[in-house]
Amino acid sequence: MTKLDPKIPKGQLDQKWTNYKAHQNLVNPSNKRRLDIIVVGTGLAGAAAAASFGELGFNVKVFGIHDSPRRAHSIAAQGGINAAKNYPNDGDSVFRLFYDTIKGGDYRAREANVFRLAEVSNSIIDQCVAQGVPFARDYGGLLDNRSFGGAQVSRTFYARGQTGQQLLLGAYSALSKEIGKKTVKMYTRRDLMDVVIVDGLARGIIVRNLITGEIERHSAHAVVLATGGYGNVFFLSTNAMSSNGSAIWKAYKKGAFFGNPCFTQIHPTCIPVHGEYQSKLTLMSESLRNDGRIWVPKKLEDAEKIRKGTLKAGNLKEEDRDYYLERRYPAFGNLVPRDVASRAAKERCDAGFGVGTTGLAVYLDFTDSIKRLGKNVIESRYGNLFQMYEKIVDENPYENPMMIYPAVHYTMGGIWVDYELQTTIPGLFAAGEANFSDHGANRLGASALMQGLSDGYFVLPYTIQNYLANQIQIPTIKTDLAEFVQAEKETKDLIQKLLTINGKNTVDSYHRKLGLIMWDNVGMGRNKEGLTKAIELIQELKIDFWKNVKVTGTNDQVNPELEKALRVADFIELGELMARDALSRQESCGGHFREEYQTPEGEALRDDKDFTFVSAWEYKGDNVEPEMHKEPLVFEFIEVKQRNYK
Amino acid sequence: MDLTLKIWRQASAKAKGHFVNYQVQNISAEASFLEMLDILNESLVAKGEEPVAFDHDCREGICGACSLYINGRPHGPDRGITTCQMHMRNFKHGETIIIEPWRAKPFPVIKDLMVDRSSFDEIIQAGGFVSVRTGGIPDANSIPIPRRNAELAMDAASCIGCGACVAACKNASAMLFVSAKVSQFALLPQGRIEAQERVQRMVAKMDELGFGNCTNTYACEAECPKEISASNIARMNREFLSAKLLAHKEF
Amino acid sequence: MGKTLNYSSITKKIIMSLAGLFLISFLLVHLGINLMILFDSTYEKFNVAAHFMATNPLIQVFQWVLFLGFIIHIIYGIIVQLQNWSARPVKYMKKGYSELSYFSKFMIHTGVIVFIFLIIHFANFFIVAKFGHIEEITYKSGTYENMGAVIVETFKIGWYVVFYVVALLLLGFHLEHGIQSAFQSLGFNHWRYTPVVKIIGTLVSILITLGFLAIPLVIYFS
Repeated sequence: MTKLDPKIPKGQLDQKWTNYKAHQNLVNPSNKRRLDIIVVGTGLAGAAAAASFGELGFNVKVFGIHDSPRRAHSIAAQGGINAAKNYPNDGDSVFRLFYDTIKGGDYRAREANVFRLAEVSNSIIDQCVAQGVPFARDYGGLLDNRSFGGAQVSRTFYARGQTGQQLLLGAYSALSKEIGKKTVKMYTRRDLMDVVIVDGLARGIIVRNLITGEIERHSAHAVVLATGGYGNVFFLSTNAMSSNGSAIWKAYKKGAFFGNPCFTQIHPTCIPVHGEYQSKLTLMSESLRNDGRIWVPKKLEDAEKIRKGTLKAGNLKEEDRDYYLERRYPAFGNLVPRDVASRAAKERCDAGFGVGTTGLAVYLDFTDSIKRLGKNVIESRYGNLFQMYEKIVDENPYENPMMIYPAVHYTMGGIWVDYELQTTIPGLFAAGEANFSDHGANRLGASALMQGLSDGYFVLPYTIQNYLANQIQIPTIKTDLAEFVQAEKETKDLIQKLLTINGKNTVDSYHRKLGLIMWDNVGMGRNKEGLTKAIELIQELKIDFWKNVKVTGTNDQVNPELEKALRVADFIELGELMARDALSRQESCGGHFREEYQTPEGEALRDDKDFTFVSAWEYKGDNVEPEMHKEPLVFEFIEVKQRNYK
Repeated sequence: MDLTLKIWRQASAKAKGHFVNYQVQNISAEASFLEMLDILNESLVAKGEEPVAFDHDCREGICGACSLYINGRPHGPDRGITTCQMHMRNFKHGETIIIEPWRAKPFPVIKDLMVDRSSFDEIIQAGGFVSVRTGGIPDANSIPIPRRNAELAMDAASCIGCGACVAACKNASAMLFVSAKVSQFALLPQGRIEAQERVQRMVAKMDELGFGNCTNTYACEAECPKEISASNIARMNREFLSAKLLAHKEF
Repeated sequence: MGKTLNYSSITKKIIMSLAGLFLISFLLVHLGINLMILFDSTYEKFNVAAHFMATNPLIQVFQWVLFLGFIIHIIYGIIVQLQNWSARPVKYMKKGYSELSYFSKFMIHTGVIVFIFLIIHFANFFIVAKFGHIEEITYKSGTYENMGAVIVETFKIGWYVVFYVVALLLLGFHLEHGIQSAFQSLGFNHWRYTPVVKIIGTLVSILITLGFLAIPLVIYFS
C-alpha cells in the first residue's frame, strides 16, 4: 500500500497547483542542456511535451510509429476542446468545468488532478490560438463555442469537425520548430519494444526500426510515454489501425502499475458495423447530438419491418417513435454523457427495437432541426460529417435519418501516475490517454484533447523538472550497460520466437477472436459470469496464439505482420487484465457497467463505500495473477452524488 | 465482385520493382478499398506469401497516411476523399485495377506501395510554424480575426499532408501543400509576424528537395482529398513576391 | 547562368509570366499591323506601318527588349521543364488525367513548335526585310519597300500556309493556358476576378489566333 503515493500538494483545491509550482525543484538553463529526455508518441501529449521540453533547453528525443509526427491518432478527434473561458457568458468557471469532469467521470478521478486540468484549460486555448490554430469564430471575429454532452454550458472550442487535427497540427508545428532548431531529434517509424530500468530508474528504451528491423537502444535521464490508449484490444474500435497498448504494457511488465484498466469508453455515435471484413469503426462527432434526435420504433413489429426493409424510417408516424433519451432523461435529453447514451442504445437494441439490417443500430434524426433551422444551417454545422456518412453508408442523411451504434472509443484506464504524472517507476512519466488520467470512469466529450495538451504543454514541463533536478549530476547514460544489453536480447528473442512459430492462423484472426471475447464480455454490459469466462477464454487464446500463429516475412525489413503480432500478443494479456479489473470492481460506474449493480430503472449503481478508489495493478510475472493496489480517492471539496441526468 | 489487381511490388528502396497481378473474389461493394487489400493480404499470408505493404492508419480520411495511386489517380476515382474512404462500389465486377505508389523524386519508395514523405516534414521544419513558446500568451480573444479569414485559414489548414497533390501533378510539384501552410498563417494575424521569412524559407526548402515547378495545371486541386483550393498557390506567389521585393533579408 | 538556375521556382515562374504577358502585347501590335494588309489592295497602310516599325528609333531599341523577352521566356521555359521532368524519375504506368487546365499539359510541346515556327518566320520575313532586297513602291505619301507584296507571295505557297496555320493554332493553345496561368503565377487570384481573367484570356487567345489566321487564309483562297 505504501507504494502508492499520489503526491497531492497541500492546500485549498485552487491553491494546490500554484503551491506546487512555487515550491518544486527546477533545473537551471546550463544544466538543462546536459539532460536527455525521451518522449514516446507524437500525439497531442507527446508532441506538446517534446516541443515544450525543447523550448526549455533539454535534449529531447521523440519516437513515433508513423512516418511523420503529424499522423498520430489525436488527429482524428472531431468535436472540440473544452475550456473554462466563459466567453459565452453562460455561467462557466474553472470550478464548474472541474465539477462537470469529476461528475462525468462518476467520482472515480482524483480531485487535485482534475482541478489542475480545469485550471490550465484556458491557457491551452491561448496557446493554440497563438500557434495559428484556426478555431471557429463568430462574425465579430471572436472565438465561438458549442455545447457538448454532459455540460449545461457552451464551453467547447472547435475547428469545424477537425478540432483534433488542428490542435495536433499546432503541436506538430511547435515540434517541427524545435526539430528545425535541433533541440529535438525525431525518430519516425519506431515501435517501442521495451523500457530499460537501471537501478530502479527509467533510463531508456529499446525500439524497433520499422523500415530496417534494426533493434536500437536509446538512453535518457527520463522517459515520457505518450502512446495513447488501448481501445484496439476490441479489434473493432474508432482507434487507428496502429494504435496499440504495447508501450504501456511493456512499462507495466517492468513495474509500472496499471490504473483502472477496465474503464473503457464506448462512444454512442458511430457508424454501425456492416461486414465481417470490416477493419475499423468510424466515429461521427458527438456534436451531432446537439441537433439530432435519437429514436427507435415504439413497436417491435415496426422495428422488424424496418430491418427487413419493408418499412421506411421516414414513413413511421411520430407517435410510433420512441425518443428514448428524451423520454428517460428529460433534463439532458439527447445530450446525456456518452456512457449513458451508449448503454441506452444497447438496451433498446437488445430489447429488439434496433434498426438497420443487423438490428444493431438506432436512428439519429435531423428532420426536426432541418425544419427549424433550414438545411443550410445544418449543412454548415455538420456538412462534412454528413458527407462522410454518405460516402460510407451510401445514404443521404438529409433525407433518411442516420443510423448510429456505440463503439469502443477511448480508454480512461492506463498507466497509474501521481500528481506529477510520474509512474511507479521513478523517471518514467505517462501523459495523455496513456495514463489512467483525469477522466475517472468516463470521459466527457471534448475533454481528451484538453487533457492531452494540458499534460504536454502545462504539466510535464514543470513536474519533470522536479525529478530531473536530482539528476543533474548524472552524465549521459551509456547504452552499453548490462540492462540495455539484456533488454535488447529479450526483444530479439521475442521477435525470433514469433517468426519461428510458423503456425496456421493469421495474426488478424487472433485479434478478431480477442475482440469478440472483449466486446461480448468486457464491453458495455459486464457481469461476473461473463468476465470469469472471458478470463478463461483469453488465457486459452494466449496459449493458442503462441502455438499456432503465423507471422510471415523476416525481421530485417518492413514487416507489418510482425508489427501486428507483437501488438496482438500484448493486447491478449492486456485484455485479461481488463477483465480481471472489471471483475474485481463490484459496482457500476461511468463506462463500467456491471449488470448485477443497477437501480430498478436500469441506471448504473455505484458503491461509494467500497469502491471509491483507483485500482492499480502490479505485474507479478508471466501467467501469475497480478496484485491489485488501491489508491483511495478522497473528495474534500465536492459532495459525491449519484449521477443524475434526468 | 471479382477483380484483377495489378500491384507494384518492390522489396526495398534499392530493389528493382515490377507489377504483379492478383485476383480477388467476392468483394462486397460495401468494403473499403483498404479492406479489399486487407482481404488480399490475409489470403497472401495464409499462402505463406509476403503481404503487400502500404501505408494506412486512421481509416477515416484524416491522418493522411494512405497513399495509393489507383488507375491513374491519387486516392482513386472518387473526389474529395482519401483511399481509405473509398468504397468498392466505385468499381465494376471484372475490372482491372492498377495500383501504384506515389511517384516523385522527393518521395522514394520504401517498399511496395509505401513511400517516404519525410520531405514534407522538412518543409514544415523550415518554417511551417509560428515561433511562439509554450506559455506567456495573451488571452485568446485579445486579437479578433475576421470570420472570413479564419474560415479561409481553416480551409487551407485542413491539409492532411498525404502528398496526393505531388502525386497528381505532372511536375511532382509540392506547391499546393506548401501554399496551404503558408496561406493558413498568412491569413491570421499570429502568422503575419514571420510571414516574409516563412514563405522564403519554405519555398527554398521545397526547391532544394527536388519538387517540380508549378505550371498551374490544377491537378493538385482536383485530386486533393480535402479539396484545398489552388488559390492558395496564388496567395503564396503573392506572399513570396512581396517578401522578395520588400523583406529586409533574403533566406 | 548559375544565378539564373538558382532562382527559386516561384521567381522563375514570375519572370516567365512577366515575359509572356509582355510578348502578348507584342503579338497584339503585330496583329494590328498585319491586318492592315487585308484592307488595302495596294498595301499602302501596311507598308507605311512596316516602314515606321523598321525605322523608328524607339522601336529599334524596343526590338531588342522584345528579343530579350523571347529569350528569357524560352530559356526559363526549358529550365522549368527540365526540372519538372527530373522531379519524377520513375513514371507512372497509368498516366494521370486530372489536369483541370487541359492545354497546360502541352506547354513545352506547343512552345517548342511555336519556337521553330518563329525561327522560320524570322528567316522569311524579318531577315528579308532587314537585309534582303525588297522592291520599292511609290505612293503619294512617299516610296516604301513593298513588304506587303512579299507577304502575299509567301502566303500563296501551300505548305507554308499549312505550317503557319498549325503553328498559330498551337500558339493559341499555348496562350489559352498561358494567360490565366501568368496571372496565377503573379499571385492574382480572386474569387470574383479570376473567372473574368480566364474568360478574357481565352478570348484574347482566340482573337490573336483567328486574327493571324485570317491573313494567310484570305490571301491563299482569294
